Amino acid sequence: MSDRTTAEPASAAPSDADERDLGTTDHTHVTGRGFALLGQGIREQRFLFSLSVIGSVLYGAMTVADAWVLGWATDHVIRPSFARGEIAKGALAGAIALFLAVAILRGLGVIGRRLIGGVVFYRLIADYRRRVTRKYLSLPMAWHHRHPTGQLLSNANADVEATWSVFMPLPMAVGVIAMLVAAIVAMLAADVVLTIVGLIVFPALFAINVFYQRWLSPKVSYAQSLRGDVSSVAHESFDGALVVKSLGREADETERFTKVTHELRDANIAVGRIRSMFDPLLEALPNLGILLVIVLGVGRVASGAADPGDVVQVAYLFTVVAFPVRAIGWVLGELPRSVVGWERVSSVLDAEGSMAYGSRTLPGGGPVALDIDGLTFGYADGDRDVLRGIDVEVEPGKVIAVVGATGSGKSTLTSLLTRLVDPQHGAIRVDGHDIRELSHAELAKAIAVVPQATFLFDDSVRENVTLGGDFSDEDVWAALRTVQADGFVARLPAGLDAELGERGTTLSGGQRQRLSLARALVRRPRLLVMDDATSAVDPEVEQRILKALAAHTADDDGPTVLVVAYRKATIALADEVVFLDDGVIADRGSHDELVARSADYRNLVNAYDHAREVES
Amino acid sequence: MSAQAPEEGRLTGIAILRRGLALSPAIKEGLGLTLVLAILSTIGGSVIPIVIKQTVDSGLGKGNGTELSDVAGYLFAALGIIVVSGLLAYWMRVRLFVASERGLAQLRVDAFRHVHDLSMLTQNAERRGVLVSRVTSDIDQVSQFLQFTGIMMVVSLGQIVVATAIMAWFSWQLTIVVWVCFLPLAISLKYFAERLSRAYDIVRGTVGEMLAVIAEPVVGASVVRAYAIERRTQERVDAGIGRNLDANVRAQKLVAVTFASAGVAGGLANAAVIAFGVAIGLSGQLSMGTVIAFAFLVGLFVGPVQMATQVLTDAQNAIASWRRVIELLDTPADVVDPGAAGTTLPGGVLGARFEGVTFAYPGGPDVLKDIDVEIAPRQRVAIVGETGSGKTTFAKLLTRLMDPTVGVVRLGDTDISQVSFDDLRRHVLMVPQEGFLFDATLRDNLLYGKKDAAETELLEVFDRLGLADWYASLPRGLDSQVGQRGESLSAGERQLVALVRSALADPEFIVLDEATSAVDPQTELRATRALDRLLEGRSSVTIAHRLSTAENADRVLVFDAGRLVEDGTHAELVRLGGVYARLHASWVAQASLATHQPVVDPV
Repeated sequence: MSDRTTAEPASAAPSDADERDLGTTDHTHVTGRGFALLGQGIREQRFLFSLSVIGSVLYGAMTVADAWVLGWATDHVIRPSFARGEIAKGALAGAIALFLAVAILRGLGVIGRRLIGGVVFYRLIADYRRRVTRKYLSLPMAWHHRHPTGQLLSNANADVEATWSVFMPLPMAVGVIAMLVAAIVAMLAADVVLTIVGLIVFPALFAINVFYQRWLSPKVSYAQSLRGDVSSVAHESFDGALVVKSLGREADETERFTKVTHELRDANIAVGRIRSMFDPLLEALPNLGILLVIVLGVGRVASGAADPGDVVQVAYLFTVVAFPVRAIGWVLGELPRSVVGWERVSSVLDAEGSMAYGSRTLPGGGPVALDIDGLTFGYADGDRDVLRGIDVEVEPGKVIAVVGATGSGKSTLTSLLTRLVDPQHGAIRVDGHDIRELSHAELAKAIAVVPQATFLFDDSVRENVTLGGDFSDEDVWAALRTVQADGFVARLPAGLDAELGERGTTLSGGQRQRLSLARALVRRPRLLVMDDATSAVDPEVEQRILKALAAHTADDDGPTVLVVAYRKATIALADEVVFLDDGVIADRGSHDELVARSADYRNLVNAYDHAREVES
Repeated sequence: MSAQAPEEGRLTGIAILRRGLALSPAIKEGLGLTLVLAILSTIGGSVIPIVIKQTVDSGLGKGNGTELSDVAGYLFAALGIIVVSGLLAYWMRVRLFVASERGLAQLRVDAFRHVHDLSMLTQNAERRGVLVSRVTSDIDQVSQFLQFTGIMMVVSLGQIVVATAIMAWFSWQLTIVVWVCFLPLAISLKYFAERLSRAYDIVRGTVGEMLAVIAEPVVGASVVRAYAIERRTQERVDAGIGRNLDANVRAQKLVAVTFASAGVAGGLANAAVIAFGVAIGLSGQLSMGTVIAFAFLVGLFVGPVQMATQVLTDAQNAIASWRRVIELLDTPADVVDPGAAGTTLPGGVLGARFEGVTFAYPGGPDVLKDIDVEIAPRQRVAIVGETGSGKTTFAKLLTRLMDPTVGVVRLGDTDISQVSFDDLRRHVLMVPQEGFLFDATLRDNLLYGKKDAAETELLEVFDRLGLADWYASLPRGLDSQVGQRGESLSAGERQLVALVRSALADPEFIVLDEATSAVDPQTELRATRALDRLLEGRSSVTIAHRLSTAENADRVLVFDAGRLVEDGTHAELVRLGGVYARLHASWVAQASLATHQPVVDPV
């Protein structure tokens, strides 16, 4: 069973857009592109794939051989033994050996078809997941900004799986084709006329299959999109559980869920009715073919045109091949899904661009001088530049606060400082070196950023702070102490080794934010950039953190700091304040100066802490 | 049932089936007839080769000069059986699809409703994704099972029984021989099934891990770049993907081995029938014809056994899914709605009373200890305390999102656990700190507060809360789409909508979890003003994160490590010089910058 069926939400709910695409995809092109995709997968796993096909052929051959051995045993063991009144020991031993040999070979065939075929499928999806994630890591942030998170996750999970799902039935289908060719050759050798009957029945089977898939696939797509709806309603409703519960809306939510569930049920039943019709039809057709062969065969035997044995053989070959032929139908049925999946996966793999880094390292140590010079930046899809002509100089070791209303460009400035994006005009220099000339490693070493939104890895506390860097436990604890996180970390059962994330400890927003801060501090950066980095921390704890930070930055080798601030307590850290308004520097100076001369600034910094007082 | 540390109360496969069917009576309805149809249609299918063989033997086999008329009877019989069994199969399948889809739709809805009745939902955000899969992919698995795998299993078992009966009719001795050959497989099947079920459990575990690490380069893209840890991240992703690959391959190995052993058992049976058949035949107890016939009959037995083996492996996943849904439904709703049997609260604005209330999560330490406090009607109370002090738990107990472990919470004089949810929620409302909105229009979101509110009533509330100007700034008014989780609006605007929604619900007692995230000053002002107006004339308890909220409250309750340590007005508590005074000092420190500045331009 593939992990599609076991995955939790991220891949369990294929996006409905995906399935709607499928409904409208042009079928004639799908087949061509689908076969190209098959070729690609086969080339990439050619050795194992060949083994799995050999396994499949072996399995088919042994199924036929089994019947042959039975006939042989009848003729060479049972009849002679009864005729002579004693067991034909040699032949019996031979029959037993043959039966066991066939069984073992068939076992090997199963292993080839199921196991190796499965390995091919799982390897392909693992390989492409790696390729897609590798691409995610090299594509620039600007690309990431353009694509919704959910879509990127589904590209790496559900879409990769959909692309290669066709490889599950493929080895069997290829084996069946081999069997089919062999069967047709054998039939031709037995009786040409009867074979023609066969050649009519197989294409008919095939045609019914194609017709079936086309009739069914829009209905399946529709059901699939409803499945997406059911999933979104459940997701949203459980997400908003507190609202639902406190407003007493459980019954109404259940009603909303019932509505989509019933739509899904009816769609599934509609699909089921078609399936109910086709499956028995596909099973009956080969049997009808056999009857036809016998009817014609009897006539031909009677007129002396055929041997009875030939008729029996053709009829028998029919029964052997009829069922597995459906594997070809399964492959054709999976193709459209694979093609849609591949289109989505290749949209990532074909994406171009990466952030080019320089090779320079920064000489010396300790805090750097920061020089932001004529910086202008606009997002590709924005009407207007988010930052325009920003000039800021900060002396080494100083703390500068950036204050501004929502949308004034503060967070963009922090992104520019760590080169998550590059400016259209102007430059950022540290100790006189343009940060674009720095190597990636040097940039990360010199400049550490604490983003507004905390991201923790599904890993231990220690790894979340060090990120694999070479830091001693003392370093880690020192950083945790500065951000007032040593207490709660020490109380975790496994301390620094406590696992965070889904299966580990759950931390509060404030605790998560503190780990994110420790991550930046432990590296002893030469420029520290904080973007509203204490917003989720209790005021009292925040106060302690800010005190410790102030002590830390006042050190001789403490970093130069640029902090995006909302609260006065954070602003209090700063030697100078830059007041951003709508992408330009509206004013700068000490906090006192700005409060004294700018009403906008005063309103802004007072609003959060003293909204009530301001109003009264 | 598993060799893995046996989980307590874990239901066995059969018990899951029984319980699952009991939970979805629609599936059971007419199931008997469906099963009879299933067995008839497939038995019909397996009779066809026999009929054909008879045709060949009696007509063609004799060779010289067979006329079509000699075998016409057989051929018509065969045609009839093919058509009839095809129709029966169609009928059976339609019945099965309809019954199982109906039953499972109900199961989905029941599970959904039950999730909302469980308080754990409000406690643990990380479990939500898992709960969604209970009502989606898990039930899809069960449906696959019922419609394909399960029926195939039943049919295979039926065929095995029929084949055994036919074989026994020919020769009971050889039937025993065949059964003995399959005995080792039958015995080890249980073992294989358990190993498989464990292997799939491991696969599921690695899927979860893999999804988590794959999310890192996407969700954490900026952190990965800022810290230049691309290589490390890729290694983690590769490892996660690798573990998933290994687990899948291991499970495939088990599947292949299981199938292969069924095949080997079949070969063994064929060989044994020939050997014993000849031996028994020579002793005079069986005719040659019987032995030959029997040798072919073995195929009728081996086929379904192999099918059953294959199906068994697929069934493991479905059973595991069904088990998870059943376990969810069997989790008792810890906060029980007394429903119609409950009492109703008296009219008028009520106060609240905690009497000796202690709360602990199951198996955990006390989160709240021995709380005795009375809140007077129309009193405006602020709760302060550090993270983990128990203030949120207090709020949840007051709104009966959870029940106390010990003690009673009362509204007025009524124990709230005796009040029907319907009535309770008309009186007391919890407003969460981040206003959660549904992906719909503004109007739909407001109607969550009051289902049948007229448009004028909605607009009137905007007015009353002083939000008319904000409402006027929305280009599409009530028809504005708020986006997923309300993301088309800013955090502050979401709070505004949540406040309007609460005002529409018009409870007499409001429990408010104050927002901590910073929003732009203008919205902040609006929210503060709207909140003031919302709380007017009502009893309220606010989990305060701001100095101003505590300062303006009639009364401040201070929690520390699960205990109510201070209780009084702001001024009293500052004078007391305890926990609150310390908290206050840090607030003041934050605000001091503003207060000690000369105000040149008073606002």
